[in-house]
Amino acid sequence: MALFDELGGAAAVDKAVDIFYRRMLADDRVARFFEGVDMDKQAAKQKAFLTMVMGGPHNYTGKDMRTGHAGLVSKGLNDTHVDVVIEHLGAVLKELGATDAQIGQVAALANSVRNDVLSR
Amino acid sequence: MPALRCDGQSVPVEAGESLLEALLKAGVPLPHSCRAGACQSCLVKVTAGEPPAGSQVGLRPALAQQGFVLGCLARPEHDLEISTDAAAAASIRGTIVGVTPLSRDVVLVSISPSEPLSYRAGQFLTVLRDDGLARSYSIASLPGSPYLDFHVRVLPGGRMSQWFASAPVGSDVALRGPNGECFYDPAAVDMPLVLAGTGTGLAPLWAVLHDALRHGHRGPIDLLHGARDPEGLYLVDALEAVAGTHPNVSYSPCVLTGSVERTTVGALDDVVFGRYSNLAGHQVFLCGDPTLVQKMKRRAFLAGARLADIHADAFVTAPKPGVAS
Repeated sequence: MALFDELGGAAAVDKAVDIFYRRMLADDRVARFFEGVDMDKQAAKQKAFLTMVMGGPHNYTGKDMRTGHAGLVSKGLNDTHVDVVIEHLGAVLKELGATDAQIGQVAALANSVRNDVLSR
Repeated sequence: MPALRCDGQSVPVEAGESLLEALLKAGVPLPHSCRAGACQSCLVKVTAGEPPAGSQVGLRPALAQQGFVLGCLARPEHDLEISTDAAAAASIRGTIVGVTPLSRDVVLVSISPSEPLSYRAGQFLTVLRDDGLARSYSIASLPGSPYLDFHVRVLPGGRMSQWFASAPVGSDVALRGPNGECFYDPAAVDMPLVLAGTGTGLAPLWAVLHDALRHGHRGPIDLLHGARDPEGLYLVDALEAVAGTHPNVSYSPCVLTGSVERTTVGALDDVVFGRYSNLAGHQVFLCGDPTLVQKMKRRAFLAGARLADIHADAFVTAPKPGVAS
């Protein structure tokens, strides 16, 4: 069974988006990067991101990740912030009942776009 | 450079320029107001060519399928022919039948539509005067009412609101819409509703409150209306009467300064979130001042409301003439 289906598919992503986004906004280490953004558009982007890292069907590209985060990199986005994202990702998946092994696979997928996100 | 033709005339358009900008520069008096894709007053119809990317955001499918685009969002990349005449087909006519003061600076404008209009209580319409002046207002009346009611704040120098204040009863206007996501969902009949807004943001909340009651809403409904001072509040007696006759409805007028009886003093967001530290399982409706609405939307989400359960239409005030034109 594919990772995405193991995790509960699209329904699990829908549940995860609100929890994940809320955790990011409530975390002072990363909240400033979300100042002034349209919350509905941001939620749609996070849904695409979560679908990708959970192994789901996506058409997210490295170029999207680069252009989407370029402005944030100039505001100081660095490896520590990507670590925070992966930390929350793990916590959300745990809350939804994922195993440590599954969370490890999701973290690996998230790490695979780290260099694109940080414009390296 | 793409070639643009509007109503058969060639119009110069520069790279990256919007249709609206190009038409206004060429002296075509296209109605417009928010310039941000919300009011839909700069609607035009593409008669040849493809609608530019992103130019149909927020349009009802029926309009998008007919090739309507928003002039402020359309940035032509390819040759395009458009018609402004066809935009009139997307409007209905209405006659102003009454202008009644609700407070120091808010009037109730009632408009009789020339044909029945399908809308949800709490959505907004764009009112277009025949000279092209356009403004969007939330509908305060309920579907099925003979008239469309709007709460209009009369602003110093406000071209449309000053005109309304002069009580132009009998004048005809065009109405375009409805649009907006701020309406009651009958599936939420048992959920607690929190309705919070400032100024004429009360109009959609008033409509949502009455629509919920009409649907037999069983959960609690809490309406909080904020104003700078007690004179800025309106429909106070009517709302107290609704709360008095419906055990599940409560009404809290809030002011920043000048306490009077039964009025809470404080910023609306502080009053709302002082009362609700946990909004999980609530439907939240937020209307009025855009900065405050954005702030409250974020706080409501952090307090546990699902994003899909937060309904917010921030009011957009038209740019001052000469500033953004």
